[in-house]
Amino acid sequence: MVSVTNTRADNYYNEKKDVLLILEKIYDPEIPVLTITEMGIVRDIRFHSDNSLEIVITPTYSGCPAMDVITFQIREALISAGYSDVKITQQLSPAWTTDEISESGKQKLKAYGIAPPDRRFSPPADGVECPLCHSANTKLISEFGSTACKALFQCLDCKEPFDYFKCH
Amino acid sequence: MNDYLLHLADTSLILSHRNSEWCGHGPVLEQDIAITNIALDLLGQARYFYQYAARLTGNTDEDKLAFLRHEREFKNLLITELPKGDWAHTVLRQYLFSQFQFFQFEKLQHHSDKELAAIAAKSLKETAYHLRWSREWVIRLGDGTEESHRRMLAALDTLWPYTHEMFRPADYELACEVNVAELEQPWKEAMAYVFQEANLPIPQHTWFQYGGKTGYHTEYLGYILAEMQYMQRAYPGATW
Repeated sequence: MVSVTNTRADNYYNEKKDVLLILEKIYDPEIPVLTITEMGIVRDIRFHSDNSLEIVITPTYSGCPAMDVITFQIREALISAGYSDVKITQQLSPAWTTDEISESGKQKLKAYGIAPPDRRFSPPADGVECPLCHSANTKLISEFGSTACKALFQCLDCKEPFDYFKCH
Repeated sequence: MNDYLLHLADTSLILSHRNSEWCGHGPVLEQDIAITNIALDLLGQARYFYQYAARLTGNTDEDKLAFLRHEREFKNLLITELPKGDWAHTVLRQYLFSQFQFFQFEKLQHHSDKELAAIAAKSLKETAYHLRWSREWVIRLGDGTEESHRRMLAALDTLWPYTHEMFRPADYELACEVNVAELEQPWKEAMAYVFQEANLPIPQHTWFQYGGKTGYHTEYLGYILAEMQYMQRAYPGATW
């Protein structure tokens, strides 16, 4: 628990926590069941001496248009929460990997109908578990799917097509 | 450094543009999506390189670098600006280039410039997908039907003379301590292996075309830029 002594360090910690609470409510526009914190996109929250607030994010895929939308969403959420000077910067290194998606995030992906990333299927290959009927009798249709982060599969048992979130 | 970044950015941008011409025209839906995914990845790479170049020089930005430079200022590899041709041309070009780019980023991820290294490490993961996909297609079409084999041979005839430019260093590459010449041997070995699988001959050309790295282009680049830059030229500063 956070101590109630009013030190600068505690204030700093509390403020960061406040910002994090706001960021935890922002959903990925392409995968609307995951928040940007569950995706592992948020790298750092920094308060600067000129009272500006800097959010450091890391891109998932280079050309992913969701990054621009996410940047906009972060700015909008923080400004409406009263932070007037918000700066969002991108950090490329270390490169984002799907290992940064939280465990709860992976479960939510599955419930949403997207097979979560699985190191055994990197690169994507036949046999990814179908998120609908849980059969492993599945076939890779294409390594490229509806968004940069997904591959196309079909389940040979329930016959449904599904997306697999590629290991990255 | 700036010229080298622009060379990397222009190369990715122009190939991205060419590949994006397939949008809505791919042979089947899944492959239409695949080639446009690749176009998007390349566009993302181009943006990183342009953004970095803009930060280094100041007083410019990624959009100005992409939309407001002239043909002679573009430093892309010639192979990227050639017309998309048929599917055989497109997948073979992608393979010839992705195999090179994969080796290039493998090296660059250890470059002493941290930002350049970070972009390379990030992009390498995506290039691995482009490489796998295009290699499969080269083998499938090369070793496919009589018609697909014939088309691959035609594509090879057109594209091969533009491959050696990748390995002939420009002054700005040498200045950045980038040695593209050393990538030629592993690239050739990869070609030998894949072409054998694809039942395609390694062309024995003795003549190669150079120029893109230093701004001397084929007649095709001007048309790409005319299309790509039209809006910013006609309505300077337009945004949406």
